[in-house]
Amino acid sequence: MQKDTPVQNDSEGIARQAEEGSGLVHAMPDERGAVGRPGHNGGAGDVLSLTPSLSNMRAIYGSSDLVFLQGSSAPGGTYVHSLKAIDELLERDKLREKDGFPRKIRVGRLVKPGRGDKGKIILVPTTVEEKFIHDVRSSEPGSGGQSGGTGEGKEGEVIGEEQVEGGEGGAGAGGAGQGEGGEHEMESSAYDLGKVLGEKFELPNLKSKGKKRSLTRYTYDLTDRHKGRGQLLDKKATLRKIIETNISLEKILDPEDIDPANLLVSPQDEIYRILSKEKDYESQAMVFFLRDYSGSMMGRPTDVVVTQHVLIYSWLLFQYEKQVETRFILHDTAAKEVPDFFTYYNQSVAGGTKVGSAYRLVNEIVEAGNLARDYNIYVFHGTDGDDWDNDGRETIPEIKKILTFANRIGITIAGRTTDASTSVERYISNSRLLDEYPKGIRMDSVGENATEVRLIEGIKTLLS
Amino acid sequence: MELIDQHTKKIMEGCKERARDAGLRFQDESLEYIVTNQDLLELSPKYMIPTLYDYWVHDVEVLREKGRYELYPNNPYETVINTRPAISFYNDNNPDWLNVMIFYHVLAHIDFFQNNMCFKHTWDEDFAGQALSDKSTIAMLRSERGRWVDYVIEFSRGMDNLVGFHGALSDINQPPEIKVSAKIDFYFDVFLQSIRRLSITEYLKEIDRYNDAVRHFGSIAETAFFSDVARKYPEFEALFARRGGVHKKSRDLLQFIQENSPFLGKEENRWMKSILQIVRKTSLFFQPQIRTKILNEGWASYWHEKLFLKDDRIDGNEVAFARVNAMVTALPRIGINPYALGMRLFDHIEDMSNKGKISTEFQRIQNEQKRQQFDKKTGSGMDSVFKIREDFDDFLFIKSFVDQDFVDQHKLFVTGRRLNTQRMTWEYFIKSRDAGQYRQMLLDSLYHPPFIEIDRTKEGCLYLDHQFEGKPLVNEFINNTMLGIEYLWGGPVKLETSEMIEDPQESLNDGGYNMPPEKEPSWHRVVYTMQDRQLSKTVL
Repeated sequence: MQKDTPVQNDSEGIARQAEEGSGLVHAMPDERGAVGRPGHNGGAGDVLSLTPSLSNMRAIYGSSDLVFLQGSSAPGGTYVHSLKAIDELLERDKLREKDGFPRKIRVGRLVKPGRGDKGKIILVPTTVEEKFIHDVRSSEPGSGGQSGGTGEGKEGEVIGEEQVEGGEGGAGAGGAGQGEGGEHEMESSAYDLGKVLGEKFELPNLKSKGKKRSLTRYTYDLTDRHKGRGQLLDKKATLRKIIETNISLEKILDPEDIDPANLLVSPQDEIYRILSKEKDYESQAMVFFLRDYSGSMMGRPTDVVVTQHVLIYSWLLFQYEKQVETRFILHDTAAKEVPDFFTYYNQSVAGGTKVGSAYRLVNEIVEAGNLARDYNIYVFHGTDGDDWDNDGRETIPEIKKILTFANRIGITIAGRTTDASTSVERYISNSRLLDEYPKGIRMDSVGENATEVRLIEGIKTLLS
Repeated sequence: MELIDQHTKKIMEGCKERARDAGLRFQDESLEYIVTNQDLLELSPKYMIPTLYDYWVHDVEVLREKGRYELYPNNPYETVINTRPAISFYNDNNPDWLNVMIFYHVLAHIDFFQNNMCFKHTWDEDFAGQALSDKSTIAMLRSERGRWVDYVIEFSRGMDNLVGFHGALSDINQPPEIKVSAKIDFYFDVFLQSIRRLSITEYLKEIDRYNDAVRHFGSIAETAFFSDVARKYPEFEALFARRGGVHKKSRDLLQFIQENSPFLGKEENRWMKSILQIVRKTSLFFQPQIRTKILNEGWASYWHEKLFLKDDRIDGNEVAFARVNAMVTALPRIGINPYALGMRLFDHIEDMSNKGKISTEFQRIQNEQKRQQFDKKTGSGMDSVFKIREDFDDFLFIKSFVDQDFVDQHKLFVTGRRLNTQRMTWEYFIKSRDAGQYRQMLLDSLYHPPFIEIDRTKEGCLYLDHQFEGKPLVNEFINNTMLGIEYLWGGPVKLETSEMIEDPQESLNDGGYNMPPEKEPSWHRVVYTMQDRQLSKTVL
């Protein structure tokens, strides 16, 4: 097992060397590739930090004998370990407050690369041990980021390139792993996270606005089977039953050689389908996550928005007993729906900004599926506040339309300043929507440097 | 955890013989364990020390990204730990030939632990045994004091990177004959110079007088000397009693608090001191490891390659070895590999020394051709590498031996990174092939905790003075760290440090599409005050 990894990596390495030797500019391998070992995969990623994925610090101190020399991978699965002890941890954390110290358990996100390079996101409680240490991030994100290297080439020559973080298919915030379709694995941990959020941060329970539809509805379908009579003969099941009967009657001795003319058919062997009542579970909540992925969102604003959306998603998942459907919409000047959270998170930075386009798409989706009738609809939008539609002429009418059916619209502004000076903040305030619909729409300006605690506070504002 | 089987142990013993013959020196006994994934889960938060004390942070995921290596002076997945006997960990399905290679690597590490001077303070003790007794101390305290034990651990660990490692080393290495009492130190270094402000001639006279006393009175010299002082400066005794203990600015915050905190001095808080002591000891134990990463890994790689190739037991596995060895010791196209770099430096030193190039004579030669042809055939290469494994740490190692010849020989360069706005990619490019810049890049990436001096006398509280070296402190960590220090000190704490002056223009950029032209940031000094668990900041 352990021998597989190095050999595999090795051949990759050789291929890479060959490629490099030819002097072509090529895509940088991810961190694993660059280090050549599966070293730090699965390391907890700080949700909010912008880490250069190729850091020289890592290169010196990130390699160790067990991983490097013996080729064993860092053990996975610590999160299970930590979830087990979570009640105790939270209890301890509560006592901290009583003793006059700030809480220390935080919610972190772990990206684990699975088989075939498919990542899954796992959400775990984490902590950090504060010390006086040098801030090595200070040179980021400028140029900077010096490291060493070896081989041919003239000074100034470009020898490799790497997708800017947040680029499509790029590494997640955990620094490792990429992928798609991990949604279901994510769900169960997100549910746990929601529970934690609820207990720890005392997020409010959602109040039903009386709009909530019944949990179940009944449909009628020809699914039940019945012997002897019914609406529709199930030929395959009947034939199977006939064979069964004849085997027990010893009419069929050699399964290779069956003479149908010899078989006995009992009326009891006839299997019919009958119409029956079916419970059909229906999602109670439909959550639209809208994210601005325009150029100005690059870096921290994106991190802040996505982190908060993960937390909100987890929280709603818990609140609605997993009966939550999510839709993800990205927009720059035009909006598009993306299939899953991974694309939602990883999609690369694009052009300008028109907030209205995203809301319009929500309206279109809701209308097309007549969703307003059956769902509690939540719309969360994250942006840095820039909008080419400066006074909201396109946006406000769309928002008003959403307000007619949505339980809540929550807008997060992760701007570079927090003084409510961005276009979105301005036109939302001017529209007086916040005052007119205090239960329908909320806005929260967190600033691009918001901490996790601040984000959770923000969720209270958006949801309560 | 299980010990390796007899067959494998026999291989290890064979390796020990061959390593000894080659000149490595280490204790006879060693313990080798097979580790499973589950073992690793338990060991890695404890830095592979099976007996380390329990602490709840070991049970949760720790956020690693923010300069993890600055936070923890140890790597969670080392193969060998510096205990007596040395303990090493192995996968259970390594083929024999691979074990031979790993054993040589491990033996070189053990040799390094037991001979490099940075580890001197770990030589007389078995850390695993100590840790075990510390573990039970903490467990006992926890049963008496409950969660407060964990607070004290937390707050102590908050400063465990400020332990004055070099101070501790220099104490051990100072010959006893030049050690003088604190009173003499205080009299000559502080009292005469800063308090009485004696002129140089008067000062020298005092020194003569002291030397006279030593000559005449021998062992009672100090008493005799100070009886005269008492006549001349009657205030001295009182002054020494008041200020004597802390006249030197200390850099070992953990120790300083342990010794001087009024809070810890109280009878009911005495127990906390033992926790500070344990945390400090643990940190001091790991300090040399991170300060010799390149040297230690280089040394081990240098030897495993050398010894493996000479080993008669592994015939037929050269190709497999070459693959694994190349993986470990190849210089990466981009990045730094401490194994590869350290090994090549040792090769370089051996070669230089064999030719007599580590000499002033060679350094004076400017002519490139003459430099290349220079060969005194001294054959002293082996002696040199052994000397370096004994006396150097990473800083000195790089500073002394990464020269242009080395950089050219291995085609090394400094890479830079810049944003390509058209393609939205980071471009890595060759920034420089200059040895000076390469060396500086390496030095900049070495472990280096902040330089913080302690000055109790200033402003009537514990005053921490961060000597700015171009990098600010991680801002988000200041609050909680100081909260812990205030708790253990039992009074207000101030921290003076430098922060970048925010440029209001910066916030108006267009979100990273066009990076503003790089300019030198400007800094100002600020003072953080932690009082009654409230943090405030003033700009100086």
